[in-house]
Amino acid sequence: MSKPNLEIKIGSMTMKNPVTVASGTFGYGPEYADLVDLNRLGAITVKGICPEEHVGNQTPRTFETRGGMLNAIGLPGPGAKGFIQKYIPFLNQFNTPVIVNIWGKVMEDYGRIVDLLDAEEGIDAYEINLSCPNVKEGGSAFGTDVSTFSKVIELVRAKTEKPIIPKLAPNVPNIGSFAKAAENAGADAIAIMNTMPAMAINIDTLEPELANKFGGLSGPPIKPIAIKLVFDAAQNCSIPIIGMGGIFEPEDAIEFLIAGATAVAVGTANFVDPTTVDRVISGIEHYLTAKGHASVYDIVGTVKV
Amino acid sequence: MKHELTNVIEHDNFQGEYRILRLAAPVTGPQVKPGQFLGLQVPNLGERILRRPFSIYQADASGVAVLYKAVGRGTEAMANIQVGDTVNIIGPLGNGYPEPDASKTPVLVAGGYGNAALYILAQRMKKKGIAFFGGRSAIDILLVKEFEELGWDVRPTTDDGSLGTQGLVTDAFDPWAKKQDFQSLEVFCCGPNPMLKAIGDRAIAHDFTAWLSIDRHMACGVGACLTCVIKRKTDTPKDWEWSRCCKDGPIYESREVLWDE
Repeated sequence: MSKPNLEIKIGSMTMKNPVTVASGTFGYGPEYADLVDLNRLGAITVKGICPEEHVGNQTPRTFETRGGMLNAIGLPGPGAKGFIQKYIPFLNQFNTPVIVNIWGKVMEDYGRIVDLLDAEEGIDAYEINLSCPNVKEGGSAFGTDVSTFSKVIELVRAKTEKPIIPKLAPNVPNIGSFAKAAENAGADAIAIMNTMPAMAINIDTLEPELANKFGGLSGPPIKPIAIKLVFDAAQNCSIPIIGMGGIFEPEDAIEFLIAGATAVAVGTANFVDPTTVDRVISGIEHYLTAKGHASVYDIVGTVKV
Repeated sequence: MKHELTNVIEHDNFQGEYRILRLAAPVTGPQVKPGQFLGLQVPNLGERILRRPFSIYQADASGVAVLYKAVGRGTEAMANIQVGDTVNIIGPLGNGYPEPDASKTPVLVAGGYGNAALYILAQRMKKKGIAFFGGRSAIDILLVKEFEELGWDVRPTTDDGSLGTQGLVTDAFDPWAKKQDFQSLEVFCCGPNPMLKAIGDRAIAHDFTAWLSIDRHMACGVGACLTCVIKRKTDTPKDWEWSRCCKDGPIYESREVLWDE
């Protein structure tokens, strides 16, 4: 039996398989290069970049919860210049597309960051962060109002011909309308979902466990939420969806594909077991083979309802 | 840094509530530098998912060993690990202590079982010096005989006076250090953060070198998640930057660390 074709397309970007990593869980690539074959990934999605260097939140920044974790890292990063100098040469060594997650404190920043990055060799797509729950400016401030959300996507669309992938918040009233709005505004795909706004309190000190008070919940507890959002979005748009939220095993990723995602991202599981991405790629291939499918696309959105 | 599935070859009581876990880790073992640590996936941890960082007590071509005390969910679950089980590790992680300065007098300062992490350093140092080990009680002072057999002059302190000088480790360190030429000292320190700060403050005040193994809550262990950051002093206008304790540390020179007061 011939091997199934794992290749998928996000706009003009071809991924050799449908598995990437969730922004913020894989650094900029070098951090995991000893443990993961970066050429094996469908794409590398790097940590969020804004025009200038950003320091992020105070500590403690993460807290482990039942089956998952909260984070309020606050998007620290080296800014466009630092990213280009420190990481682009490294990333260009690999035969793997690079998706750069971009964010801004004000709307104009989304245009500025693309202006600063777009001429660089080795950036294949932009994931537009419209959903980080952990920064006061930017992030979810742009992602929870559909009109503002569309304006940011149109702004980025006007600046680049590379694929753009808005990343949606889970806590919007109707994800279908946001998915459709993204498509209408010129997005090539959408990423669903960011972490779920959440909180934990220390019962001895009576203080929140995170310095930021609130954080984003990730890991297996949010997977069923993400599956529903991917399903809902897929009913309302025709552009590809990159599904993410609690993928720890190949079966989780396959469930996302069946719900309507064309690709998936592994997030918190990277911290727990860096071999997860490799296992998920192999697991999808084995599943397609066992079920007699020729391509990933054969299972995308095949949920029976 | 490698990912390795290891076999448990020893898991025994060591002293008091302290236990030793020895793993056959032929990939990780030979790479270990003193002061580095492992990201260990604790089996049977149930609903808690993240790896736990453990200082490396011994390392050689055959594997690694950690000394630990059951103080939380992770280490309590570790008690169930049996000889012959498979344990998933990432390591060695972190920067480790630098090569000791041969012109200086080496001094080890440890709180609790922090001295286990200094043991490989002591084994590999050609020049032997003096070691100050502090703990709550005699049962909490580990490895005295082992360090003495390596040629170290061990000075224990205990909160209750059950072994050595009564008081904090600094109560033994301070009177000894006052008699020395401070700048001839190179201190290697591992233990609770208040003790590290106390030694670090002395190092800055008296201008001697002190290497501190900073203890922070960690998630990924490889520098990706930015959970374990500490403020490191810089010459920039902002005076500090976030430094990843797991990747850029855990070993910092005392002058680098900006402690949160």
